[in-house]
Amino acid sequence: MTPLLQVSDIAKSYGARIGCTDVSFDLYPGEVMGIVGESGSGKSTLLSCLAGHLTPDRGKVRFDTRTNGLRDTVKMSEPERRMLSRTDWAFVHQHARDGLRMNVSAGGNVGERLMAVGARHYGDIRDAATDWLGRVEISADRVDDRPTAFSGGMQQRLQIARNLVTGPRLVFMDEPTGGLDVSVQARLLDLLRGLVREMNLSAIIVTHDLAVVRLLADRLMVMKDGHVVETGLTDQVLDDPQHRYTQLLVSSVLQV
Amino acid sequence: MTEYNFAYLDEQTKRKIRRAILKELAIPGYQVPFASREKPMPYGWGTGGVQVSAAILTPNDTFKVIDQGADDTTNAVSIRRFFEKTAGVAVTEGTADASVIQTRHRIPEERLRANQILVYQVPIPEPLRFLEPSEVETRKMHSLEEYGLMHVKLYEDISQHGAIATSYAYPVKVEGRYVMDPSPIPKFDNPKLKMAAIQLFGAGREQRIYAIPPYTQVVSLDFDDYPFEASKAEHACDICGAEDSYLDELIVDDDGRRMFMCSDTDYCAKRRAQGHVGAQSAEDAA
Repeated sequence: MTPLLQVSDIAKSYGARIGCTDVSFDLYPGEVMGIVGESGSGKSTLLSCLAGHLTPDRGKVRFDTRTNGLRDTVKMSEPERRMLSRTDWAFVHQHARDGLRMNVSAGGNVGERLMAVGARHYGDIRDAATDWLGRVEISADRVDDRPTAFSGGMQQRLQIARNLVTGPRLVFMDEPTGGLDVSVQARLLDLLRGLVREMNLSAIIVTHDLAVVRLLADRLMVMKDGHVVETGLTDQVLDDPQHRYTQLLVSSVLQV
Repeated sequence: MTEYNFAYLDEQTKRKIRRAILKELAIPGYQVPFASREKPMPYGWGTGGVQVSAAILTPNDTFKVIDQGADDTTNAVSIRRFFEKTAGVAVTEGTADASVIQTRHRIPEERLRANQILVYQVPIPEPLRFLEPSEVETRKMHSLEEYGLMHVKLYEDISQHGAIATSYAYPVKVEGRYVMDPSPIPKFDNPKLKMAAIQLFGAGREQRIYAIPPYTQVVSLDFDDYPFEASKAEHACDICGAEDSYLDELIVDDDGRRMFMCSDTDYCAKRRAQGHVGAQSAEDAA
């Protein structure tokens, strides 16, 4: 089986400071990978490099495109990369405000990606938008409301609908549950887990919340100071951490 | 120094604007940046149009200025006088007699010919501006032809009003490539954008010039199930009886009585001279 995403030897530094370095992994279709680590460990830098928001200093990010097989997205031309990012890729931001247009209705937000790839039939776009709002548990009568009228959890779900409407194959998530209270988090995680399985999505989830990766991720990568210190199956890493930092991380989780 | 240079601007400035005009004619709908000069009038009063007119006027030209279709409004009169004084060109109110027509918010009703130039005053040249505030991003969107966002605006219109409610500055796609703001002309005028005359658009404050060469394909954006419609008031002109022209609505007394009349004053006057009479004029005569 060919991997969907093949990352080899990615490095990005900010001047003399290391953002992340020597990161390599393969991600297979349908697989969910978690990246955990403390603040400043380089996980967001890594995600930005993978999603094409930052250009890495060296290394390859090869994505299995629908037409041309494995292509290095770092070397790809910008139009191609931007095309990927609104068709086969999705990016869920930590703050829904970064990923939504706050002055455009919920329906318009979901429809934007469809219109960006050429949908020109209002009725169809609206039906797709309403359908997707239903799938993320937002009632159909909110389709003309703006995201400013939504709660934080609803905004986050709307952002997910907006990203998944074009049927992407790879989803990048940056702290998708950050800033939400625990019951809303639980509902969102439940929803995400369902969608990931149902659509056979591959996903890369950056988080510092171990509970999130326990629920969603098949595999785990632990980062510290820009380096990957441990990788493995999620349960294996969390139940039997080998590296000192991972042990610290796992034992730091508060028990209620 | 008492004399102005011909058409107020110095020769180097005019030359630079002409270079921008040549470039924009080669790339229909593309916004060409230019170093806009100070003009003896405030921004928003047509400084872009005035600079374009100054750059293309020759001593043999006949100049016409309209504001919302009318030749006799403050803006039109002052710009016409300005070029009368600084360039000494002949001026006219007749659409057919003019070789250069500067306009704000309208295209004349009378069909323009191949040897005429229509100069538009443009307040905001960027059609994506109110959707995407970043200039860097909008330029990238133009260069990569990412125009999905323009349809988001139309989508919002339909979801809020049940129809595309944008009635002026209606976005168009030029020659299948660039999406362009046709300046705040009513969408009634959009179909006329494909014409025999050269159309130049000048935005002074925003420092952009763009153009539509003669007979260029101009398509108004729409949805398959909500096609573009060039709308006007369902009425005939009360003065000249014209049913095919764009109308202004006028409240005439405190009881809410109103009348409609052609916004193109030259068109209306010519029709009256030919003996056409509207409902109001007939009443007055009786």
